[in-house]
Amino acid sequence: MGLLSRKVTCNSHGQDSSYFLGWQEYEKNPYDEFLNPKGIIQMGLAENQLSFDLLESWLAKNPGVSAFEKDGKSIFRELALFQDYHGLPVFKKALVDFMAEIRGNKVAFDPSGIVLFAGSTSANEALMFCLADQGDAFLLPTPYYPGFDRDLKWRTGAEIVPIQCTSSNNFQITESALQRAYEDAQKRNLTVKGVLVTNPSNPLGTSMSRNELNLLVDFISDKADMHLISDEIYSGTVFDSPAFVSVAEILKDRNLTKDSESDVGNRVHVVYSLSKDLGLPGFRVGAIYSENDTVVAAATKMSSFGLVSSQTQYLLSAMLGDKKFTRNYISENQQRLKRRQKMLVSGLQKAGISCLKSNAGLFCWVDMRHLLQSSTFEAEMELWKKMVYDVRLNISPGSSCHCTEPGWFRLCFANMSEDTLDLAMKRLKAFVAESTGSRSRRSIHSSGKRKSLTKWVFRLSSRDREQEDR
Amino acid sequence: MGLGNEESHQLLSNMAINDKHGENSPYFDGWKAYDRDPFHPTHNPQGVIQMGLAENQLCFDLIQEWIRNNPEASICTPQGLHNFRDVAIFQDYHGLPRFRNGVAKFMSKVNGGMVKFEADRIVMSGGATGANEVIMFCLADPGDAFLIPSPYYPAYARDLCWRTGVQIIPVHTDSSNNFQITKEALETAYKKAQEDNLNVKGLLITNPSNPLGTTLDRKTMKSLVTFISEKNIHLVCDEIYAATVFSTPSFVSVSEIIQEMEFCNRDLIHIVYSLSKDMGFPGFRVGIVYSYNDTVVSCARKMSSFGLVSSQTQHVLASMLSDDDFVDRFLAESSRRLAKRHNLFTEGLEKMGITCLPSNAGLFCWMNLRSLLKEQTVEGEMKLWRVIVNEVKLNISPGSSFSCSEAGWYRVCFANMDDETMEVALRRIRAFVGKEAKKAVEVMKNMQNIIKSLRANFSARFDEFIMSPSLRSPHSPIPHSSYVKA
Repeated sequence: MGLLSRKVTCNSHGQDSSYFLGWQEYEKNPYDEFLNPKGIIQMGLAENQLSFDLLESWLAKNPGVSAFEKDGKSIFRELALFQDYHGLPVFKKALVDFMAEIRGNKVAFDPSGIVLFAGSTSANEALMFCLADQGDAFLLPTPYYPGFDRDLKWRTGAEIVPIQCTSSNNFQITESALQRAYEDAQKRNLTVKGVLVTNPSNPLGTSMSRNELNLLVDFISDKADMHLISDEIYSGTVFDSPAFVSVAEILKDRNLTKDSESDVGNRVHVVYSLSKDLGLPGFRVGAIYSENDTVVAAATKMSSFGLVSSQTQYLLSAMLGDKKFTRNYISENQQRLKRRQKMLVSGLQKAGISCLKSNAGLFCWVDMRHLLQSSTFEAEMELWKKMVYDVRLNISPGSSCHCTEPGWFRLCFANMSEDTLDLAMKRLKAFVAESTGSRSRRSIHSSGKRKSLTKWVFRLSSRDREQEDR
Repeated sequence: MGLGNEESHQLLSNMAINDKHGENSPYFDGWKAYDRDPFHPTHNPQGVIQMGLAENQLCFDLIQEWIRNNPEASICTPQGLHNFRDVAIFQDYHGLPRFRNGVAKFMSKVNGGMVKFEADRIVMSGGATGANEVIMFCLADPGDAFLIPSPYYPAYARDLCWRTGVQIIPVHTDSSNNFQITKEALETAYKKAQEDNLNVKGLLITNPSNPLGTTLDRKTMKSLVTFISEKNIHLVCDEIYAATVFSTPSFVSVSEIIQEMEFCNRDLIHIVYSLSKDMGFPGFRVGIVYSYNDTVVSCARKMSSFGLVSSQTQHVLASMLSDDDFVDRFLAESSRRLAKRHNLFTEGLEKMGITCLPSNAGLFCWMNLRSLLKEQTVEGEMKLWRVIVNEVKLNISPGSSFSCSEAGWYRVCFANMDDETMEVALRRIRAFVGKEAKKAVEVMKNMQNIIKSLRANFSARFDEFIMSPSLRSPHSPIPHSSYVKA
C-alpha cells in the first residue's frame, strides 16, 4: 500500500515534458532588456500582452468598478458573499454577448447554457468528468496543446487517442485520419466518447475550415453517444481570413441545434476562456457552453471546485458589458496580432525558415525540418536544446505537442515587445547562418565562440549520446 | 431536452448522472423554502429566515474600511492601475509570493503566534471545497476510505468522494460525552473498515468543528496524532473555522501539537484552510492546502491549476494580510462580535428552556430539541424540522444531514444576519416553544381528564366488586389506596 495516491507518482500531469522543462530553463535565466540582455527569450508562452493599454484605459475611465460600487452604493458585501455556482447573472450575460460579438453575431448563446470555471483548464477537466468514465477515450487531432495531457487525462482517468494530422495537407483533419483514430481506439478496446478539437488550433494558429467542421459533426452524428468538444479559447485572436467559423455556426446552418429534432446539438459543447482573447490568464475565467441540460447541471455542480472569484466576475461584467469598448477592443487587438505575426513570419523568412500559413492564435507553427541533423525526434530534441541553451530562445518542440513529424516548433509572438521579437529573430538568423556553416566543417578545433555549438555537434555523432536521449 | 433517461445513461459519464454530489438530499428543501420566500425586515417580514448558511457577516465594515483606505491594493483604481498588467498576466501556480507570505502570516496569527507557517508550503485551491478534493486526490485512490467523526459537514460527501471515488467511514460520537471523539470510537470504525476490506488512508477532522462549534483540546489532538501514527495513516485537519474561536479554550492547531510530538511522522500531517469563514468572503474563493509532506505539496501545487485563486484577489489580499495592525485588530474585533452574537442567541434560547451544546467557536450553535421530538428517530427529527421550516419559518439544518447518529439536534447559524433579524428569529422560536408547551399542557390536561374518568369508572366498579359477597374475604383488608380514592 503506497502512502500517497497513484496520481502523485504517475506522470500523467505531463509536467516532465520538454514543454514545461523549457519554462524551467527560462525561469533560471530570463531575458531582460537591461538586467539580463543575454538571457533566454520566452517564446514558449502563449500569452497576449499586446492590448493591455486598452484595458487599462477602460479602467481609468470607470473608477466605480474598482471601488466595489454600483450606482454609488457599495456592493462589497454582496460580492464577498456571492458564491452561487450559477454565476453572477450580469457577468454571464456580458460573456455570452462577447462570445457572440467575436463570432460576428452570427450565433447567439443563452446565458443559462454557460457554466463558469476557474480557467479553461478547470472547464476542460470538468467536461471530461461529465462525459467520460475512467478508461474512456477522446480523439484529438495532433499536434495538440501539451496541457491537455494533464487537463483531460490526469485525474479523470480518461485516455487520448490521436488523430494523426500531417504537413502533407497543412495538418488538416481528414476523414481517413479520423476513421483510423477511431479504429485504433477500438483495437485498444477503448470506448470512444467523443472528439475534442481546438479551434482556432493551438499550436497551428489556423482556424478550422467549414469542411473540417462538417466532417466532425458528421462523424459524431451517426454514432449514438459521441460528443464533440470545441475548445474555442483563441476565437478572438483570428486576425486574418478566413473568418472564424464556430461549431455553433455549423449547427445553426445545418439546423442541428436544440430547437431542431436532431439530438446532435445535445452532444456538442464549446469551451471558452478570457485568458487569450483578453490577455487575462491570471483572473482564471473559463466557461463551458452546452445545450445539454444534464451536462450543464452536472458541470455546474462540479464548478464548485473551481469557481470564478466574484470580484473578478463583477469587474469583467462591467468591462464586457460596455459594448462600444468590446467592439473596439476585438478589432484593435486583432490588428495588433496581425502586425506582430507578420513581423515574426518575415523575421523567420530572413533566417530561411518558413512556417505554416496562419490566421489566428498567438504563435506560429514553424518548419525547422531542414535544420535537423536527421528526421528523427532525437534530432528535434537536439535542435531544441540548442535553441534553449545556445540561441537562448525558449520555443516549444513539436514532439511536446504530439506531432507525428519531427522538426516543427511553436513560436509565440504576442508575449513580448517588438524589440525583443526583433532580437529573437536576429539570434535565430545568426544561429542558422552558423549552423549552416558548421555543418560543412565538422571540426573539434573550432574558435572559442563556436565551442558550445560544436560540442553539441560532436555529441550528436557519438552513439552514447543518442542512447542517453532515448 | 427530449432525451429519455436510458439514453442519458450512456451519453454521459456515471459521475454526471449519479447522486454522489449529494444535492438531492432532502435538507435542500429548507433552502428551496428560503429561496421561494426569503425574509426581509421591510419587504417580507413573514418570510423564511436563513439560519442554515454558515457565513460570517459580522465584520464587513472593517474590511470595507480597509479597502477604502488602501486604494493602491486594487488593480483597478487610479492608485493601483500600474499593477494591472503584471497581475492580469500572473498565472504561476506557485501564487504571488506576497500573497503566500500574507496567508502564512495570517495563519500564524490565528494560531496565536504559536506556530510559524512556511510560505512555500502554501498551495492555492478553489476554496476549501477545492482544497479538500485535492488532498483526497493526493492521498487516496478510488475505493480507499477516510475516517470522519460524525456529525460532519454534509458537503464532504461531494468534496471528498464524488470525483475522487473515496469513501467516508463515519466515526461515531454522541451527546453522552458532548460529542467528543474517543479512542474507542476510532478503533471501532477502523476495525469495521478492515472487516469490510476497505483500505483506510486517513482520518479527517474539522477543528473547530462544523456543526458542533467546539474546538478539540490538546489531549484529544494528541491522541488523534498518536492514533494515526500507530496506524500509519494520514491526518487531514480542516481548520477553516480557526479564527472564529470567540472564547476559551483557545484554538490549538495540529501544527502546534506536532511541535510537541517528536515521534510523529510529519509526512502524514496536512491542513486545509480558507478565508471564507474567518474573513467572511466566500465569494473570493480562497482555499489553501498546507502539507508537511513535500511530495504532497508538489502534487497539490500541480493540481492547483484546476482551481487557482484569481490574481486580482491574490493581489488585494496580499496587501490586506500583510497589514499587521489591521489583521490584529480584525481578529480581535471579529472574536468579540462573534462572542456577543453567540451569547445573545444562546441566552435567548436558554430563557425558553432550549439548550445548545456548550461551544466556543464557529458561526452556529448545535441546538438540542430532543425534548420536542414526538419520536426519537430520524423521521421524528425531520417531521419537527419541516414544521420549523414551513411554519416557524426558520431554515435550520437537521442533525441527520450531518450524519449525526442521535436524533433531535439542529445546527442554527447566527452570524449571517443583523441583530434585528436575530431578535425576530428568537421571537419566533419563543412563540413556537410556547405553542409546543401549550400543546403539551393541553395534551397533559386531556390525559389527566382521561385518567380522572377512568378512575371514576373504575372506582364505581371496584366498590361494586368489593360489595359482592362471593369475593369478600374476612382476612384480606380493603386497600385504601389514594389511586382508588382519586
